[in-house]
Order: sequence, then C-alpha cells, then structure tokens
Amino acid sequence: MRIIVCIKQVPDTTEVAIDEKKGVLKREGVDSRLNPYDLYALETALRIKAEKGAEVIVISMGPMQAEAVIKEAYYMGADSGILLSDRKFAGADTLATAYTLAQGIKKIGSFDLVITGQQTTDGDTAQVGPAVAEFLGLPHICYVTGIKDVSPNSLTVVTDMLDTLETQSLQLPALLTVARDIYQPRLISYRLKLSSKDREITVLNYNDLSQNQGSAALEDEYFGLSSSPTQVERIFPPSSVISREILEENPHILVKKTILKLKELKII
Amino acid sequence: MHKTTQLDIEHLSQIVGRNSLQIGDEINPDYTHDELFGIFEFPSCVILPSSTDEISKIMAYANQKEIPVTVRGSGTGLCGGCVPVNGGILLLTTRLNKILEIDEDNLTAIVEPGVCLLNFQEEVERLGLFYAPDPGEKSATIGGNVMTNAGGMRAIKYGVTRDHVLGLEVVLSTGEVIDVGGKIGKNSSGFSLLDLFIGSEGTLGIVTKIILKLLPLPKKTATLLVPFASLEKAISTVPLILKSKVLPNAVEFMEKEIIEAAEKYLGRPFPHKSSPAYLLLRFDGNTKAELEVDCDIVANICLIAGALDVYLADTLDRQQPLWDARGAFLEALKAMSELDEVDIVVPKAEIVRLVSYTKTLQKEFGLRILSFGHAGDGNVHIYLLRDDLEEKKWHEILPQIMAKLYLKGRELEGQVSGEHGIGFLKKTYLKESLGKTQISLQQKIKEAFDPKLILNPNKIVY
Repeated sequence: MRIIVCIKQVPDTTEVAIDEKKGVLKREGVDSRLNPYDLYALETALRIKAEKGAEVIVISMGPMQAEAVIKEAYYMGADSGILLSDRKFAGADTLATAYTLAQGIKKIGSFDLVITGQQTTDGDTAQVGPAVAEFLGLPHICYVTGIKDVSPNSLTVVTDMLDTLETQSLQLPALLTVARDIYQPRLISYRLKLSSKDREITVLNYNDLSQNQGSAALEDEYFGLSSSPTQVERIFPPSSVISREILEENPHILVKKTILKLKELKII
Repeated sequence: MHKTTQLDIEHLSQIVGRNSLQIGDEINPDYTHDELFGIFEFPSCVILPSSTDEISKIMAYANQKEIPVTVRGSGTGLCGGCVPVNGGILLLTTRLNKILEIDEDNLTAIVEPGVCLLNFQEEVERLGLFYAPDPGEKSATIGGNVMTNAGGMRAIKYGVTRDHVLGLEVVLSTGEVIDVGGKIGKNSSGFSLLDLFIGSEGTLGIVTKIILKLLPLPKKTATLLVPFASLEKAISTVPLILKSKVLPNAVEFMEKEIIEAAEKYLGRPFPHKSSPAYLLLRFDGNTKAELEVDCDIVANICLIAGALDVYLADTLDRQQPLWDARGAFLEALKAMSELDEVDIVVPKAEIVRLVSYTKTLQKEFGLRILSFGHAGDGNVHIYLLRDDLEEKKWHEILPQIMAKLYLKGRELEGQVSGEHGIGFLKKTYLKESLGKTQISLQQKIKEAFDPKLILNPNKIVY
C-alpha cells in the first residue's frame, strides 16, 4: 500500500500575535512547526503502515525552510518526502494550493490513499484536503475520527458530524481528512533521526509540475498568488465578549436557576 | 483534646463575626483530614479570618486561654500537618487569597497565604514573569507551600520554595505581628528567622503575607521522553546526564505501571508506553536553537547509556500530555487502591539503590510498591498499595515496611522527607533520623516561639 500524507509548515500559533493595524500576522522571531492537524494525518498513515504494511510518502508545498517539517515526518517514521517549492507557488490561496499539491501527487505515480489534516492552524479553512481530492478525481471523506477497517481495495472509517457518528466505506484510491485526536501522535524519535540523517528530500519546482499538464494555459492559472481567485485583504482577531453573571439565592432555588441558565445557554 | 467553651465562641465571634465561625454540625468533615486520610480529628471550631489583624486577635486570645490553633490552607498535605490532632481552633487561610502586588521593577510579588499556586503561576506568567517552584499539587496554597518548603519538579534547576521566599509577615503565638526578610536579594543581618518559619508547618507562627522572588519567564521549553529496559537502567543514566553540564529543569523517572494508571485515570493516551521504565526531562531557555543543542547532547548520552530510543516533544501541545500524566500520578494511584507514601530524599547517585530495595520489599511482603519521582534531586515518592490485602494485615505490615524503608534511607545518607514535610505521621521517623541532640535543639526553637505549645501542637518535633 502507498499512502501520501500532505503536510504544511505553519507558524507556532501559541505565540503568534496579529498586527491589527497592518492586518497581518506578526511573524518576526516566531518559530515554525508542523501543522498540528497534520500530526494526526501522519499518525494515521503510520498506524496503517505498522498494521498492514505501507510506504508513507509526505508532500508539502512551501519555501525551502519547509524541509524541516519533512525531516520531522522522517523522524516520526515517514519513508520519503517531496517538497514543492518555487517562487511561482508563493501566495497561493486554498484552490491554488490544492491544485499544486494535486500536481505534485500526480508526479508520485500510483498510490492507494491520500491523508491530510482536517485543516491548518494558520489558514483554518479545511478546504485544501477536499479540493486536492477533486483535482485528483478521488472519492473523499472529511472529519474522520476513526479507521475501522483497511483492506487492499477499500476503507471503512468513522466521521464525527457533531450530532451523529457516521460509518462509511469507500473504494481506494481515496482521500481522507482526519480530525484532531483520531490517534495520539507519536513523538519525534532520535533513533529515526539518526537513521534518516542522509535521506534525501525530493524538491519539485514549477517546471517539474507544469511539464505534465495537457493544456498549459488553463492550468497555469492555479499556481501561486497571480492565479488565486481569492486574496486575503486583512487579518484581525475576532472580537470575543466574556460576560459573567452571579446568581445569589438559597441553595434550592440556586440549583434550579443554574439548571435553567445552563439549558438556556444550551450547555445541557 | 481541647474543647472550646461557649465563652470562647462568643469571644471569637466578636473578632471575626459569627458567620466566619463554624461549630458542631456546621463543621465540614473534610476539615478533619488531609489528602491522604492518614489521621482524622474534628476541631472544636473552624474559623475563617479575613485579615492579619483578626488573626492577631485570635492568637492573643488563644494564647491567653491556651487553645490549640492549627492552620489549614487547601488541605492537600500528605502527612497530617493540617489535622487538628489536639482539637481546638482550625484556622483556614482560604479567605486570605489575594495577590497584593506584582512588582515588575524588583521582580517580586506579595501574596496572602491562601492564594492558590496555580492561579499565582498563571497570573505572573501572563506578565512574562516566572515563579520557579513547581510542586505537583497545583491546588495547594502558597502558604502551604511555604510551610512545608514544597519542592516540585523544577527543583533541580531552580531550587525549592525556600529559595524563592524573600520575606514574610508572621503572627506569633502571642498575637504580635513581625516582618522577617523583605524585598531584598541578600541578608546577613542576624539569625534568619525567615528560614526558620519556612518549612515549620505552622508550629512557629502564622504566615499572613509572603514576599516571593520572580524570574523572567523562559520563552521555550522542550521535553524528552526516554524509554529504558529497566528502572535501574533509567535512573543510573541520570548522573551521566548531569555530568554533561546540560541542566534540565526537571528529571523525572516513572514506571510503565504508573503511566498506565494515569492513562486510565485521565482517560487520555500517553504517547509511548511499551517500555518498562522512562525518564522524562524538560529543558527551558529562550530560543529553540539553544534547546535543540541541549536535547541533542542529552539524547546522545541516553542512547549510549542504553536507552531504547529518545523521544522529543518540542511543542507545547506535544509536551502537555506527558506532563499532565506525570501530574496525575498520585491521583491515579489513589483511584486504584488505598495507599501510604514515603517521600525520602537521598543523594542523587543513591536513588537506584533505594528503588531497587523497594523491589526487594515488594517480594518480601507481597504487596505492590510503586515509585516515581525526581531523579534529578534524589527525592523519591514511594507508594505502598493495599490493593485487596485485608485491613488487619495491611496495618500489621505497613509499619514494618516503613521502618525498613526509613532505615535504608538513613543508610544511604538521606532524609525522612524531601518535600511533603513531617506533620503528624512521620514524627517517629524524624526522631530516629535526627537523633536526640538535634531533636532537642528543634524543641527549644519551638519553645522559644510558642512557649505554651498552642501552635499546631503534636507535630514535627513535639
């Protein structure tokens, strides 16, 4: 089985502040990390590898520094990695990102499964996974919270749709986006770090990806900022209102009032 | 057993108001014990003062009438320190729960004793500051931490509570109020009463204000989880790490059995649990690069020493499950079985021998003995689990095992308690450990501060 996992390098959001005046993220001095949701995608692939045997290939789009997250995937157990890196890919929106990733995946050749994280912590759109599937013409399921069965030609998974848990099967090849906490992601292993020290990362650029397209003019429109149909105008933190209400009564009435209040807020 | 009279209650009510006083059935049974339920006793009244002045008046009256006064914070102790074994007044500090000042110029804070440790840590961290002591029990009060000289996981790098207390306001047994120490970085002015009060478990005075030292908050942390084929192998790697001159802020050791108990208790998986024993190390610093170098050095040492692998958690969300589990060990064990604990501290290099000895005792007495603790500072928490052992047998063998463990601790040149204190339950072992001369000196100190022996009587050396 061949499994491709899409990963992304994102700013470490525990420390990212937003410059409200300029409407951009304050990136200066901020460390990067592997998108936390992608850890779940990678963990899912590595568990299938451990159980059924599989080759796990990670793919990412980004500047050359993004090699760091591919190496991190090696230290967790991925077998090989591809970085799609070219100035022409920069500034891509979700459509252009998905398109570029899909072109990269086509370069890999045959595969059985693509797994992505549900979303990234910097863009938070949850659109790229399904869009990659559309570009590749793959059946796909989002918000997967459990893998029930893996067979050579099909997969049965559980998805959490908030009010229902759905069990679905689909034919391979296919794409899944996995939700947070599907499995506890493994940590970075120093033994794997040592053994994968010299393992290469394949870097593909614009020329590599544009060569395998039939009608160049149309497809060109989905690389990078210039052919992205959406653009970010401004980034701002959503306003949040924290309110507090103090109930004072004798205990019996207080219990009733608290229950009513919790019902009103739809907490219970 | 001291019973307060109607007259006492009337007088005390005048000081704090009747609503801040509980008697008879009004007393919550929770106030009769601490976290480990080793000893129970009802006070004759519970009092909730709101100011130093009220405490001063309470003490003046109690001293005159010779009423025992036991102070209680949030009751998270493990040795019966806050249990009013002689009855009398149980004085709760929970209303004195204000952070009075965070002084960013002097890097100090002034807090009341009832401030919860977790709240205080969070409050200073919001300002980019750091209160370095990190006792495991986060719902403890700072007052309780000071009174037991609580240690915690960061002791290896930053020291214990004592190292971060600069000054105290104390109500003496007579009701007089004194200030010791201050917002000062050095002090060579006579005997250090400050250091006598710290760790005195409420037997010398009642602390009403605490001046604490703050540090700049380290910007980054990284954690290594290191699996080993045996606990002995894990612990014997620690001296090699410390020799490398890299200074982690925590070095904990743990066994698979405890990790599984914590997983069950928290309902959350631990990232790795297939090996018999683990070291858990945390590093702090200001840049990722600096931490990477430290982690690489330690990882190599561990691999050479025979670690099965070394796992790195470099982001907060990867570190969290590891430390959450570590923080839940005691609760997880308590959920599993009735237990008793030993908090011996030995020289770091002797931990292996102490822990190996617990395995011998486990076989000899046929009950589970689990240990975890601070491999970096020699403080071992050893838990004896009753499981389904019949009660009579449990009470019969417990003192025998305890006696053997403390004897071993002394042999290894250790001390009775690293951070939990002596309280009521470890008095015998302290006497054996310190010997007549030292106990007598300590008793004289107690008499100098509290001639009528009313402050937390029947504790530590009396």
